[in-house]
Amino acid sequence: LGHPEIFPLVFTTKTQEIFNCRIGEDVTEENCFKLIKKDDIIQDLKTRAAISDFHPVRKVVLEYQGEELLVVFDAKFQYRQNFYLVASEEAKENLLKTPEMAEDKEEEKEEENQEETLEVCPYKPPVHKPWVSLGSEKEVEEESVKDTVTKIKYMISRERRKFGALITFADRNASHAKDSYVECTSYQDKNFSIKLLEKDMGVQIVSKVRETSTQTKWTYPKNTATQYFPRQLSHEEKEEILSSEKLKDFLTSVRLRMEVALQQNEIMNAFFDDWKALAEDESSSGGKPDVYLKAYQSFTDLRYLKDRTISCICWHPTIYGIIAVSARERLSNEEQANLSEKSLLQQSVILFWSFFDPVHPQLMLECPEDIYCFQFSPSDPNIIAGGCINGQVVLWDISQHEEKLQNAETVADEVKMTAVNMVNAPILDILTEPPLVRYYAVSSIQYCHKKTVTDIHWLPDYFEDNQMGATFDNRADIPVQLVTCSPDGSILFWDVPATKLPDPSSEKLQKDGHFYMPPDVPDTFKHLDLCWKPLIKINMHENETNTECGPVRISLRELQYHYKTSEKVQFLSAPKVPAKESPYTEICPPSKNLSLLENISTDFFVGTEDGEIVYSDWVIGTDSDSAKPVSQKHTQKYTIHTETINTLQRSPFFRDIILSIGGRNFAIWKEGVTTGPILQSSCSAGRNTAGHWSLTRPGVFFIGRDNGNIDIWDLLKKSYEPSHFQNISTSGITAISPWISSPKQHFLAVSDNLGALHILEICQTLSHPSRNEHANILDYFEREVKYLKYREQECQEYQ
Amino acid sequence: GIPVRTTLDNSTTIQYAGLLHQLTMKARRTVRYLDPQNDLTFLRIRSKKHEIMVAPDKEYLLIVIQNPSE
Repeated sequence: LGHPEIFPLVFTTKTQEIFNCRIGEDVTEENCFKLIKKDDIIQDLKTRAAISDFHPVRKVVLEYQGEELLVVFDAKFQYRQNFYLVASEEAKENLLKTPEMAEDKEEEKEEENQEETLEVCPYKPPVHKPWVSLGSEKEVEEESVKDTVTKIKYMISRERRKFGALITFADRNASHAKDSYVECTSYQDKNFSIKLLEKDMGVQIVSKVRETSTQTKWTYPKNTATQYFPRQLSHEEKEEILSSEKLKDFLTSVRLRMEVALQQNEIMNAFFDDWKALAEDESSSGGKPDVYLKAYQSFTDLRYLKDRTISCICWHPTIYGIIAVSARERLSNEEQANLSEKSLLQQSVILFWSFFDPVHPQLMLECPEDIYCFQFSPSDPNIIAGGCINGQVVLWDISQHEEKLQNAETVADEVKMTAVNMVNAPILDILTEPPLVRYYAVSSIQYCHKKTVTDIHWLPDYFEDNQMGATFDNRADIPVQLVTCSPDGSILFWDVPATKLPDPSSEKLQKDGHFYMPPDVPDTFKHLDLCWKPLIKINMHENETNTECGPVRISLRELQYHYKTSEKVQFLSAPKVPAKESPYTEICPPSKNLSLLENISTDFFVGTEDGEIVYSDWVIGTDSDSAKPVSQKHTQKYTIHTETINTLQRSPFFRDIILSIGGRNFAIWKEGVTTGPILQSSCSAGRNTAGHWSLTRPGVFFIGRDNGNIDIWDLLKKSYEPSHFQNISTSGITAISPWISSPKQHFLAVSDNLGALHILEICQTLSHPSRNEHANILDYFEREVKYLKYREQECQEYQ
Repeated sequence: GIPVRTTLDNSTTIQYAGLLHQLTMKARRTVRYLDPQNDLTFLRIRSKKHEIMVAPDKEYLLIVIQNPSE
């Protein structure tokens, strides 16, 4: 019920007739208001009481204040009945008014709202109605919360100064006071201790099962090696194939291609590396090093080399850094003339120096007399042969000390260590004194040279001579022969047997000339000692003019290239040559039946005291007429030098090129060219005292001078003067010996007159040959030879 | 390949034959792969020390080993 003053009523037809509000006649839809007097309604109520339609609203009617009540015909059943009663005057007035207004308005609106489609309801302001209770306040009351009990009020007060004050706590045991804590002790719950007496269980039998896991290494087979042999055709098959037509066709078709390729190879060298060639040219023409020969080390010894000069230098062939020098008296020229009679007070030695110990010599070889020249044996570097000033030839064996020499480096360090601890200097000297090695064999004095042995060489190991001078093949592969020469005019061939040969004659002599040998000397050459005799003696003398010839240097053709010759100070003395007609032969049977070697050249060059170069050979033939052994010598003599020859050496690269140095000039000879030297230097201001070919560069050789300079000659650069010279020491150079210790280190050992040995390192430009140097030098020599021939021809034509 | 006629010793020959045969096959295959109309006529291998020349055919191979002229 929206409006509380609206009461829906149902009017029956009877009621409608009574009150004249019959539907359709009095009351229509438009005219739906009917005013009925209140009295009439009350009368109706009295007469019809319960069946009156106004019965439900009886109270409202009775309470109604106005006279007339409005009854509205509700055609649309708005309030669900066909009539409704309006209970208040105000509402009645409103309703009555509004339809009137609405009717007016509708008429107006009909005219106005012809376009409008919607009907706009006029705004009705809400009418204030008294609140009617519908029972909601009960619910509200039930839901509201009210205090059942009055609230108790407490007031607690405290002094203001106690607020925020420090609080001190004290301990109190909780168990002292009663009931200050509540404990909940544990107890055994009976629920869990009940024993299960009966159990219902099922059993099943099952076989034992066990689970394990392993990890296996899966190795898959892999071939490590397969052995197979190649397929090969049998002979018959090969024959068959070779003769088949197919092969012939194949060869004919392929031949042309192969020929083209081979021709190409012939024309051009495919292996020529342009880049490398370019680089080499650059380096050779590039900047020159400041110092060609760098000083590496120098050795001198005050005890043994005092007032002595070094006569010969030899590098140890196998052990790195070991070099041996022989010393002899340094004498002025006049004294040297009478040397052979001079007695020596100081012991003469050969000293071994090592690079690692520049102060102390490693080894000393005792010599009976001063040694002029010595050589290591090429096959066994422990055998050393030396020639003395009195003409004897001496042999040493240093195999006992070989290990010491090889460990020279470690020994040097130890020596330094002990040196620090030692206080007393003399003791130090004794400790570090090098061991003295005695010579083991000395040639017999009767049969050796009468004068100084000036040159000694080991013969190469592939032949040996017998007394007839025929060369035999040496099966033992050990160099067993020495050749020595001396200004007494003889060249001696010595035989050094490797094993002891019982020689009855020598034993006899040994008994006669007993010589005390210290017990520590091995018996290697015991049988030779003091009874060693030369095998062959060659006399150098001139048949026609009977002039003396004093060979100072000898150079055999068949000397192996790695031999080092020793350079020596020139020796000026008047030779006294005993004239001997026939060559001296010694009975010494050839040890084996050896085959005759025919193509060994037996020619040799000899440089003499007077500066002559003699070219001869030593084969002894038999004169057909007199059946007497006559030496066939086709000697040739060249007098180019004015003073004694001090170097006569074959080039290590060319077997037939020989360098001879003597006095103020030097010359280069070619064997076979008999007209003269192919190169001859001009006379220089100073004297040349020593010289040596370079071991690595074919056109380079070193010459030592008496003012301490080393001249380096490079034939490719300049052939009229040295390309470079360098001063090494203040006194004259006595010996030069180059050596290749390692591919990077090329040394030059230079000794001077004061007894000092200088080791110099050859710089790379001097030690490494340029690409075509060998060929260029060869060309140069050949050109010179041709020039000589041409000149000779011209001379002959001129005459 | 199986050597038919040789001037070297047996082991070297077998080695050369086996290795060069495979190499020639490979070279031929390469050439034909690049151009099916093409075929290998000559094979030259230059090394530091030798030059090896191979002339192949349908069934046979001719191998020449040469040293440098210098």
